Amino acid sequence: MSAGLKIVICIKQVPETTEVEFDKETGRLKREGVAAVINPFDEFAIETGLRLKEKYGGKVMAISMGPPMAEQALRDAIAMGCDEGWLVSDRVFGGADTWATSLTLAKSIQLTGTHDIVICGLKTTDGDTGQTGPEMAEHLGEPCISYVSQVLDVKDGKVTLKRNLDDGVETLEARFPLIITVSKDVGQPRLATLRGRLAAKKATIKTITNKEMRMNPKELGLDGSYTRVTKIFTPEPHAGGEVIEGTPDQLADAIYQKLREAKIV
Amino acid sequence: MSKSVDVSDACTGCGMCISICPFGVITIVTGKAQIGDACRVCGACEPVCPVKAITIKKSEVPQVFADWRGILVYAEQREGRVHPVAYELLGKGRELAATLGEPVYAVIIGTNLTSAAEELVKRGADKVLVYDHLFLATYRDDPYAQILSEATNELKPSIILIGATSIGRSLGPRVAAKLKTGLTADCTGLDIDPQTRLLLQTRPAYGGNIMATIYTQNSRPQMATVRYKVMTEALADPTKRGEIIKKQVDPNRLQDRIRVLGFEAAKEQVSIVDADIVVSGGKGLGEPKGFELIKQLADALGGAVGASRPTVDEGWIEYRHQVGLSGRTVRPKLYLACGISGAVQHQAGMKTSDVIIAINKDKEAPICRISTLAAVGDLYEVVPRLIEKIKEQKVRGTTSN
Repeated sequence: MSAGLKIVICIKQVPETTEVEFDKETGRLKREGVAAVINPFDEFAIETGLRLKEKYGGKVMAISMGPPMAEQALRDAIAMGCDEGWLVSDRVFGGADTWATSLTLAKSIQLTGTHDIVICGLKTTDGDTGQTGPEMAEHLGEPCISYVSQVLDVKDGKVTLKRNLDDGVETLEARFPLIITVSKDVGQPRLATLRGRLAAKKATIKTITNKEMRMNPKELGLDGSYTRVTKIFTPEPHAGGEVIEGTPDQLADAIYQKLREAKIV
Repeated sequence: MSKSVDVSDACTGCGMCISICPFGVITIVTGKAQIGDACRVCGACEPVCPVKAITIKKSEVPQVFADWRGILVYAEQREGRVHPVAYELLGKGRELAATLGEPVYAVIIGTNLTSAAEELVKRGADKVLVYDHLFLATYRDDPYAQILSEATNELKPSIILIGATSIGRSLGPRVAAKLKTGLTADCTGLDIDPQTRLLLQTRPAYGGNIMATIYTQNSRPQMATVRYKVMTEALADPTKRGEIIKKQVDPNRLQDRIRVLGFEAAKEQVSIVDADIVVSGGKGLGEPKGFELIKQLADALGGAVGASRPTVDEGWIEYRHQVGLSGRTVRPKLYLACGISGAVQHQAGMKTSDVIIAINKDKEAPICRISTLAAVGDLYEVVPRLIEKIKEQKVRGTTSN
């Protein structure tokens, strides 16, 4: 452990979703002018990795699967303090579902050497699935702890941490190597520093294509995906009713009547 | 270029496909449509092409999985008590089973499960596999995923449904990866395609801005995690009969790499997820103190306090009150939204409520369009009067008794 921890952070570049609007007439997402950023949940993963490094020493490596433009997300991660950036990019990786994505990421992580811990964000803001991390753990043959809220300690090749469940908080212990997905409770992600930005500018982003991975293309991208999207549509709104105006008394009365009608009071 | 969408030379570069593509991946390059790598093969472009130049390459001949039959519901439990989402899955499972003419199975893992297993039969399971052992008292990914995978290989169901709780969303991916099959996260709609008999799994994406329908074609089982409080719970039928099979559990052959050192239960009074009445506050409150008024109204109605994401982000109220896509989904009898504009992300967490009432200054706010009743006014003027009326009624109610 004298060499410190080898920490891998999985990040994804996503559109800044709050800006993404659905055009009801043409039926497509409006993307004009929408910036691509690091998935906000992944910034908490980066923060977790950087804090581990500060406390226990080691190296933090960011890895991202995506089109060539995802390189910027890796540079942003370096600007926050990550030591290295790896881009997993190849046309045969395109159109992957969470199964194919997690398999490709797992193989790529193996190519970068050994690791102690892989940290993922809770989910992405575009796909919203939150299952790539746990699926990747199975491909790597390692345990996974999701919804981590706090890393308590690292000692003798073991980590203790807290994670959120629906009905409370659990304290767990696991041996390295392992995968965790972290919630926003781990702590506010830091901003990029000037020194970080300079490092990001100079950094060489290493690329992994299928030439290095040597996987059967049938296991990758859309061909390697078990799920297919068959339809995309806008969510149905709740059937609207009346909109009323009037004095506060009239409004309170109308609401009260509605509550009686619905047998709530 | 996409491997699965073919554009023939008949393409005139008219651009009709560009305007329909929900992912914006089509561009015209030298007078011909080119489909980008980010294509999800949703098929939206194929029918709109006026010269029929676009063909979606169907993946290999769909395989037949005749020996995979039945709907398996994973019945999550904590301390022997079944999580209500499992009853919702049984409700939906029975519906799907009726369409397919297949049985409904339940798998329950834990300790002291006798009454839980009986309840699962009453709620619609034809067969329940029970893995009851002290070793399984607390949830851990490793042994639970191994057992559910083995149960799946034994039962060979065509469909597995798991509640999209924290536990379900850890267990589901683990099992799907072990079984080498597709998994759709956080579904809010499940149907059977009448032609193909495939499970159509509908879920929100892009922060609830779009819904996507997904299917699993060339592997079995078809797996989905399903949002809590979306499907209708199966009611208990005491006359329902089913088979309960107690399975042997041998801890020595179960992988177990994570140790649970402790558990601290959340100390909230009424969880917003379980409340019949939710009174929520939004940025329209103007200040954190506004939640005191919301609490008074919630107390008067016997409900729980909810909140919109911006108020939680501002630190006005704790995260556990947050309703919406990044918070909890609620399905109360009454959802009363005070000073909440009702962004699509918020709606994703409350729009299935039976009655929605909004109090908002802005009659153009999205919440007003989806409310059973929207009162356009100042919540600080309306809410106190409403509380008064409710209290008056209570007093009258008790004196007349």
